[in-house]
Amino acid sequence: MTVWVEADLCNGCRRCLKACPYGAIEFSGEKASVLERCTSCGACIEVCRQSAMKSDIRPRSVPDFSDRKGIWVFAEQRNGQLAHGALELLGKARQLAAELGEDVCALLLGHGVSQLAETLIRYGARTVYLAEHEALADYRTLPYTDVLEDLIERHRPGILLMSATHIGRDLAPRLSRRVGAGLTADCTDLEVDPDEKILLQTRPAFGGNVMATIVNRYSRPQMATVRPGVMEAHQRPGNEGRVVTTPVSIHEKSIAAKLLGAVREKKDAVKLCEAKVIVAGGRGVGDAGGFRVLEELAEIVNGAVAGTRVAVEEGWISADRQVGQTGQSVRPELYIACGISGAIQHRAGMLNSRYVVAINKDPRAPIFQVADWGIRGDLREVVPELVRQLKSEVRQA
Amino acid sequence: MDIVVLIKQVPDSSEVKLDPKTGHLLREGIGAIMNPDDRHALEAAVRLKEAHGGRIVVLSMGPAQAIDVVSEAIGMGADEAVLLSDSAFAGADTWATSSTLGKAIEKIGKYDLIICGRQAIDGDTAQIGPQVAEYLGLPQVTYVFDIEAVTDGTVVVKKRLEDGYEKVQCDLPALLTVIAEVNRTRYPAIGNLIDACGEQAPITIWNAADIGVMTCDVGLAGSLTHVIRTFAPKGGRQTQMLEGDTGTVVRTLLEKLRENHLVLTDSGVLSAECREGKLS
Ligand SMILES: Cc1cc2nc3c(=O)[nH]c(=O)nc-3n(C[C@H](O)[C@H](O)[C@H](O)COP(=O)(O)OP(=O)(O)OC[C@H]3O[C@@H](n4cnc5c(N)ncnc54)[C@H](O)[C@@H]3O)c2cc1C
Ligand SMILES: Cc1cc2nc3c(=O)[nH]c(=O)nc-3n(C[C@H](O)[C@H](O)[C@H](O)COP(=O)(O)OP(=O)(O)OC[C@H]3O[C@@H](n4cnc5c(N)ncnc54)[C@H](O)[C@@H]3O)c2cc1C
Repeated sequence: MTVWVEADLCNGCRRCLKACPYGAIEFSGEKASVLERCTSCGACIEVCRQSAMKSDIRPRSVPDFSDRKGIWVFAEQRNGQLAHGALELLGKARQLAAELGEDVCALLLGHGVSQLAETLIRYGARTVYLAEHEALADYRTLPYTDVLEDLIERHRPGILLMSATHIGRDLAPRLSRRVGAGLTADCTDLEVDPDEKILLQTRPAFGGNVMATIVNRYSRPQMATVRPGVMEAHQRPGNEGRVVTTPVSIHEKSIAAKLLGAVREKKDAVKLCEAKVIVAGGRGVGDAGGFRVLEELAEIVNGAVAGTRVAVEEGWISADRQVGQTGQSVRPELYIACGISGAIQHRAGMLNSRYVVAINKDPRAPIFQVADWGIRGDLREVVPELVRQLKSEVRQA
Repeated sequence: MDIVVLIKQVPDSSEVKLDPKTGHLLREGIGAIMNPDDRHALEAAVRLKEAHGGRIVVLSMGPAQAIDVVSEAIGMGADEAVLLSDSAFAGADTWATSSTLGKAIEKIGKYDLIICGRQAIDGDTAQIGPQVAEYLGLPQVTYVFDIEAVTDGTVVVKKRLEDGYEKVQCDLPALLTVIAEVNRTRYPAIGNLIDACGEQAPITIWNAADIGVMTCDVGLAGSLTHVIRTFAPKGGRQTQMLEGDTGTVVRTLLEKLRENHLVLTDSGVLSAECREGKLS
């Protein structure tokens, strides 16, 4: 397959140049040309308004999916506790449902977890499909895949969302291959295309340096995993929902993987995703002692301490407090970045914060570009001063 | 113990950037490397081979220049390499990639274990492992950071969770995806590297016809998802730099926060929405 440019038709608008994910289009003068590294992905063909991009890719017809309805959310739970990401997905699903005029269903699998259905309904589910069985008590790939496949075959949803957690990223690709559906990974934004009524799924790739919008045109359900922490959970106290119990038959023998034991490493897992204020530190904090001042600040404002990968690598904070591409995504009301340069991989995890304050001694640090308020200065002076003024505020009150 | 290791050639990702003006992916002069997780996958295979004997075949789908990473893999201890290269494979999403890799593994035929990286640093999806496992009907264990034992047709591994780990026993044949924590990788032996680049190098190149796939089932044509737009991540906020001595800037900051209804010391932050009861 090849893609080429009909030079007479090209008007030099450069839409193709912007659209090409592979940097395979070049402009010499006012005409586009296609370079060797082209993968025939077709992105340029879609955006060209002159029909100047030609290819021998055979056009594919989009199957009729008019019978595929409903937005499904996989309600991940472990040890009887719902993952916060599941509630976030429900928030997003309700928003999509309003645009599509469809209903939101949650899928709850486990053993002795029926009481969680109520929470799912409170956060927006209209139907909860409940599948309970001993063999579903702990997450295991194959029995979970079997149950979900069965539900999908019977109820034929249009969209299925899962959190991009360790469980979600184990289960979603397995299930997608099983049911013949395309899958978009680790999305940070979901919208409905106003014309085609399909899901526009936006996600970071290339280590966060590039954002890509992906569609799932040729298969159903449109499946996506969504990065935890980027969508908002909303309680809907008046929401009414029903619980539908689904029969499960699993043969223990067919489960090829046996759980020998599980170890939970931290008793009080850090819930950065739920913190309203995050005080984050980077290399500029200097040492573990420096983090004690940040902790003091966090304590006064009832917030949580987090940091960059450098802070984790230096051993100043634990790995579960890392914010960013390979850490957690957070969306606090206030993010205070202290001695953080603002590398793209770090920003990827904190961009959804409502307000950002950056304290850095280098005025060119990229963190300032994503801050609402910037303080150019030494954090060893600024942070203690912040603590002092806040304390005196408390005393006055 | 016959092992197939999946490796991908990737751009040295930390350097890939979009030109902020054109939105064009700037790949000029960027090196191509073996995906970091895959290096650990290969190392894990080599250690299993050292302990239990057997053969290691590495498999990679990519353009002709991906021969560099399969050669390197032979230098690190793989016995044989297969490079899947055909213009029909280009533009594949993970569905089409997993079909293609799955077909090729069926053709390779003999294996007890398939090991791949958890995630490639360019596509970043972490979907290939589980999709190949499903294609082949094998059990899978993902996020593996310790391969403890291989006995009696099973493998015992530890898999990472967000807040701890699980120890899992899995029937063979199986597919594992590994994370960097699993081992420390070795440098390729120079002698092996020289052999890997020679005429006699045990590298086979297969195209679509060789593995018996139709071009409409692979590459872009066989994909279910499509990238319709790429753009640079949005950064910009209206940044206001606060000026003055330390006492002043902190005072100004607290005023600004209050103006925006962020009252820090009133049992945490209360934003305007929280007050109106919109947020939980
Ligand atoms: C694939 C990949 C994934 C990654 N994932 C993540 C991730 O998830 N999260 C993450 O954070 N990083 C991640 N990184 C690393 C990232 O690229 C950066 O290296 C890292 O975020 C930098 O951390 P930093 O800001 O603490 O350190 P630096 O970049 O060294 O910045 C330190 C800053 O502190 C300032 N400073 C120094 N002293 C003071 C002082 N006394 N007062 C005030 N300011 C001071 C300096 O001016 C500087 O701006 C990833 C990288 C890669 C390649
Ligand atoms: C910007 C962008 C975004 C994309 N987003 C999606 C998406 O959301 N959904 C989707 O289906 N596709 C997506 N793709 C396509 C996807 O990158 C390709 O299908 C790619 O071939 C495999 O995915 P990956 O790089 O994410 O691999 P991963 O699944 O992250 O790789 C895991 C492991 O699988 C093995 N592996 C992966 N690729 C190969 C290979 N070619 N040869 C041998 N072993 C391999 C390696 O061991 C690797 O460590 C995207 C592509 C781009 C450019």
